[in-house]
Amino acid sequence: MSTLLKTNRRDFLKMATTATGGLILGFHWSNAEASSMKVLKTASLPVDDANFNSYLSISSDNIITIFSPNPELGQNIKTSFPMIVAEELEADWKNVKVIQAALDTKKFERQLTGGSGAIPHSWERLRKAGATAKQMLVEAAAKRWNVSAASLKAENSFVIDVASGKKLTYGELATEASSIAVPADVKLKDKKDFKLIGTAVHNVDNLEMITGKPLYGLDFYREGMLFAMIQRPPAFGTKIKSVDSTAAKAMSGVVDVVTFKNNVAIVGKSTWQINKARKVLKVEYEKEGNIESTSDHDQIFKELLNSNEATVRRKDGDVDAAFKSAAKVISREYQCPFLSHSPMEPMNFFAHVREDGVELVGPCQLPDISRNETAKLLGIAPEKITLELTRLGGGFGRRLKSDYVLEAAELSSLIKAPVKVIWTREDDMTGGSYRPAVRYRFEAALDAGGNMIGYKLRGVGMNAGNPTREDNFPSGAVDNLLIDSIEHKSPITTGAWRAPITNFLAYAEQAFLDEVAVEAKQDPIQFRLNLLERAKKNPVGAIKYDIDRMKSVIELAKEKSNWGKNKKVHQGFSVYFSHRSYVAQVAEVAMKNGKPMIQKIYAAADCGIVINLSGAYQQVKGGIVDGMGHALFGNLTFKDGAVEQKNYNNYRLIRFKEVPEVEVHFVNNGIDPTGLGEPALPPTGGAIANAIFKATGKRLYNQPFNKQEEMQGVNLGEKL
Amino acid sequence: MASYTLQINGKSLTADVDADTPLLWVLRDHLGLVGTKYGCGIAQCGACTVHLNGNAIRSCSVPVSAIGVGKVTTIEGLSEKGDHPVQQAWSEVDVPQCGYCQAGQIMSAAALLAKNPKPTKDQIDTAMNGNICRCGTYHRIHEAITLASSKH
Repeated sequence: MSTLLKTNRRDFLKMATTATGGLILGFHWSNAEASSMKVLKTASLPVDDANFNSYLSISSDNIITIFSPNPELGQNIKTSFPMIVAEELEADWKNVKVIQAALDTKKFERQLTGGSGAIPHSWERLRKAGATAKQMLVEAAAKRWNVSAASLKAENSFVIDVASGKKLTYGELATEASSIAVPADVKLKDKKDFKLIGTAVHNVDNLEMITGKPLYGLDFYREGMLFAMIQRPPAFGTKIKSVDSTAAKAMSGVVDVVTFKNNVAIVGKSTWQINKARKVLKVEYEKEGNIESTSDHDQIFKELLNSNEATVRRKDGDVDAAFKSAAKVISREYQCPFLSHSPMEPMNFFAHVREDGVELVGPCQLPDISRNETAKLLGIAPEKITLELTRLGGGFGRRLKSDYVLEAAELSSLIKAPVKVIWTREDDMTGGSYRPAVRYRFEAALDAGGNMIGYKLRGVGMNAGNPTREDNFPSGAVDNLLIDSIEHKSPITTGAWRAPITNFLAYAEQAFLDEVAVEAKQDPIQFRLNLLERAKKNPVGAIKYDIDRMKSVIELAKEKSNWGKNKKVHQGFSVYFSHRSYVAQVAEVAMKNGKPMIQKIYAAADCGIVINLSGAYQQVKGGIVDGMGHALFGNLTFKDGAVEQKNYNNYRLIRFKEVPEVEVHFVNNGIDPTGLGEPALPPTGGAIANAIFKATGKRLYNQPFNKQEEMQGVNLGEKL
Repeated sequence: MASYTLQINGKSLTADVDADTPLLWVLRDHLGLVGTKYGCGIAQCGACTVHLNGNAIRSCSVPVSAIGVGKVTTIEGLSEKGDHPVQQAWSEVDVPQCGYCQAGQIMSAAALLAKNPKPTKDQIDTAMNGNICRCGTYHRIHEAITLASSKH
């Protein structure tokens, strides 16, 4: 076996330094100000230069190489980041190469994936990096031709003399450009002149992915590397009592069985051998903390909803008075179960703890934090640790946690050998870190005219922190409002799951507002628009959303879906602001033999300027598929502390046949771009539930829908 | 442990493994063919799909001892240069997000089109229903299969 994954920073630097001349521009991804940039000649590439955070290089044969620092897990950052640089550089995209950078806190800032935040963070910085390099290339050509830089233009990796038409490639100019002083100020392109941004650009890793090249952590092999699987406690709230590894150690291919913390690691020579040995491992467990079942949680939720000890998140006006004076009060409760993140690539990480340092390789969303936690665990300085990022086979928040990285590091230090820890699917489903189960109670007070004069929300969750978003809509639009929450500390560990909290809060809120609109005898869309109008005229307290942007997605979804005009289908509406972007959706449900079926979902999104149209369309569609799948089917339950669903035979993910048509539209407003990895997911469940109500008169209060009494015998994924 | 010589991607490849080792792990751990992915290990997700004598099978659930002289094709052997019509369509439609499941998706699609070059929408749905894509690229997979079919 040999090392199959070879692309790393060292290889690239070698390539760059052996090239015959060329421009390497170090640009600070965290701060692309001219004062902190300088040109680096290939012969003296300062690998450890602290002032520079990344490298954009142009070789003499006109290949432009751009490092992409952030972990790529399907959000398409590895394509969209370089597009922004290439746009301002006026680079020929066909000759741009993108390389995944290893963790480097000296060169990169915010080298992580989470919160749909990469594009808004780096937009300006990436543009300046490209524009600076372009200006230096233009000045190099001006010098060579002895003309004014103003008489030249850059286009498609050429600098062109406008009058004579003569031109030079960037590659031909790269060496000369590298001796030009870095300009103090660069002019960014007018957004209307964008040629690459806003077009559909294919994923830079397509060829590798469709031909099965080693890209992912699980594909990483190293000569002499050992394989390990870890037996963790089968139930939350238990710990190891005794371990008998005699039979496991006798199995072929097993090198060692090591117990650490609450883990028993089987170390061996191949995945299958350790998997087999694990089955004959005998471990006894004993109670350590609370042992909880889903039925306990249902009870706890009810108690907490009526508790007097909630943390107040927001209070406007006089809620008690408003509810006392109300002509009508509506009170509803909504509950969601725990969910598994279930990225298709199970957790894994490679670690080699040596005397002189530690090598880590694998898929993680927060490489810097993973490294720091590893340093703390091993009692060494973070600088002693290298972390190379592989492509991530999905994340959904699961790989924000470093638990599996730490396991690999600890095990390698114990066995003093390079080892890759592999989680099975069952390990992934049972091993902790779930979307927390949450229950909400919403209450609305309407006056005689159908105006919402009071609004209350209480959120109670299992290790959910604050399960509300108190400054989001409809806060600001209601005079008297109270939002509070209570957290139950459960031994069942939770974590951020794609669109944390809002993945269910948006559903509950949008389903509730739909019901309130009906009670107020208003069209559900008009009801929301009226609230926004109210918030605009005279906002109550501080709000985090932009009223006009929310209105614009609502209007666009209404228009594109022909809201209320198609008599053959039943439409449901939902809108949500999250992660700086706005998405409105209309779901269409048809009836067949008295049963509802989801036929189509329209989405209108505002993420500002769309960088990559291909990636953006799919990000919205994928978010909707994800939101729909989990609203319909996602269900992780517990019995005596143990997960009841251990693999995809009984943990149901949405499949091919169940996906409805999805039509996506973007608001074109020229505003600086925001993220799209999460915002399309939250509105989906609400749009669907509201359409089901239109079609059947039945309200769905809990997820997953397919477990609700009202949906027995119904296959919502069926098509007409 | 026993020695198994398998016909994979037009070559004879030998691995010393236990008889019950699933083909998936022989490919990945012993032959360095890591394009075939592990997703669930119980034939539920389709990430490990390869062809055995032209049929799509879940390599996680077929022991090496059952392969015999059968001809195995993995994603690495579907075409020499990544230009099988299905791969071309995948690229043209820009299907992948995280990409982890896509080798399995492509192998399922290629097996379908080899047997049924002009599948109906329902036939595509049925053939692909065993392959999970957690990112939700199902629309594009459908589009790519339709595109590849139109070029057949």
